[in-house]
Amino acid sequence: MGVGIQVEKLNAWYGRTQALHDINLKVQANHATALIGPSGCGKSTFIRCLNRMHETTPEARVEGTIKIGDYDAYQGTSATQLRRRIGMVFQKPNPFPTMSIYDNVAAGLKLNGYRDKKHLDEVVEKSLASSALWDEVKDSIHKKSGASLSGGQQQRLCIARALAVEPEVLLMDEPCSALDPISTGKIEELIFELKAQYTIVIVTHNMQQAARVAEYTGFFLLGRMIEYDKTEKIFTNPSDKRTEDYITGRFG
Amino acid sequence: MRTRFQQGLDELRQKLLRMGGLAEQAVDRACQAYLDRDLNRCQMVLEGETQINLSERQIDELAFDLLAMQQPMAVDLRFILAVTKINADLERVGDQAVNIAERVMDMVSLPAVDLPVDIARMSAAVSAMVRRALESFIEAKAELAQAVLEMDNVVDRMRDEAFIVLVKTMNERPETTRQALDALLVARNLERVADHATNIAEDVIFWVRGADVRHNAPQEGVVQEPPAQRAATETH
Repeated sequence: MGVGIQVEKLNAWYGRTQALHDINLKVQANHATALIGPSGCGKSTFIRCLNRMHETTPEARVEGTIKIGDYDAYQGTSATQLRRRIGMVFQKPNPFPTMSIYDNVAAGLKLNGYRDKKHLDEVVEKSLASSALWDEVKDSIHKKSGASLSGGQQQRLCIARALAVEPEVLLMDEPCSALDPISTGKIEELIFELKAQYTIVIVTHNMQQAARVAEYTGFFLLGRMIEYDKTEKIFTNPSDKRTEDYITGRFG
Repeated sequence: MRTRFQQGLDELRQKLLRMGGLAEQAVDRACQAYLDRDLNRCQMVLEGETQINLSERQIDELAFDLLAMQQPMAVDLRFILAVTKINADLERVGDQAVNIAERVMDMVSLPAVDLPVDIARMSAAVSAMVRRALESFIEAKAELAQAVLEMDNVVDRMRDEAFIVLVKTMNERPETTRQALDALLVARNLERVADHATNIAEDVIFWVRGADVRHNAPQEGVVQEPPAQRAATETH
């Protein structure tokens, strides 16, 4: 099951440039939360702080508290342990190109030392089924490589790979921006189904997508979270003028 | 800035204002036709209805295009939804004007009688409601719209009083029954125009404030009663 995320006074820097300012946010467990805002507003930096990818950038640093369920993401937990609980899907599908579909999905488990073939078979099938890909690839999971799939299938393969290690949170950074409308529709349907089991945080530039998939939406601007509310409120009657100007295209 | 989208919204606003002008003019002409027993004005109302119906379709088409092509959000979405609803109300205002004009055309074949009802006062109140509802739209002012909502009760009372005195007149002076019935129906038409003006004002408040004030609706988080049927209208 998914867990809630509690962020308090989060600040993040790239060298001397501050990218996030005092972000406070409670992400509801088993819901999809969308983060929107113009390029460079800090939304991707924010989700990279959630799974401690931000600290992999040279000279980047973070202050503040992030709790994933009951665990503090930055105190008493290693980044590896944390990422075991937080899956991530990126803008561009990035399957391991030379690995089979099966090995792509099983990679995380194998890295964690799982070798039992029966268990791996079960997890691979379950993960591919959860990412709505199983029916399309079940006859060729050992024969075909991840790279041989279409863009939309590759992205669902990446989702299956993330799900295989049974995370509690799934982060998605513009997961459909490289996909056609049909593949996008499939991913959106998938997000809707996955939130029954996972907490989902999705960064998107597509406001209609945020409106379609997320129950809650946060608007970021210049490294600050300007407004966070139920999605229908944000898109029909936002409280902050800056939010309204952005979503109605009057921004800038 | 989405320039083309803004141009589309401006065009929609202009079209609705023209439509509002036509509907307001139709009501004024119909009321004056009743007061003066003026068949020429009745004819103008009937002819004007074609233009109102055409405007209704053009506004809906433009609103539909903007919804489909521009995916409006927030205040823009509320504006377009409000325009489509105001558009429908204005078309029905035009229908009520036609009903009054047709009533007058029937009435002039009968001898004029003195009836204890002040249709002139009622029509002035209703015209003011329509005008102010449209002003609230032009100026995007919820306060003006709120004032229109408060005027509706006054017109309702006028209609109720007209009903009582005209029924009494029919009983006491049966020879005036047809004329009294015509006056009663005109009063009812006017009261419905006031209802449409009220709907328009409610839509302006929805657009400007994002608040649904229809049927004294409780705000977010409170379970609402099923919405009452909007005032039924005679259509042509």
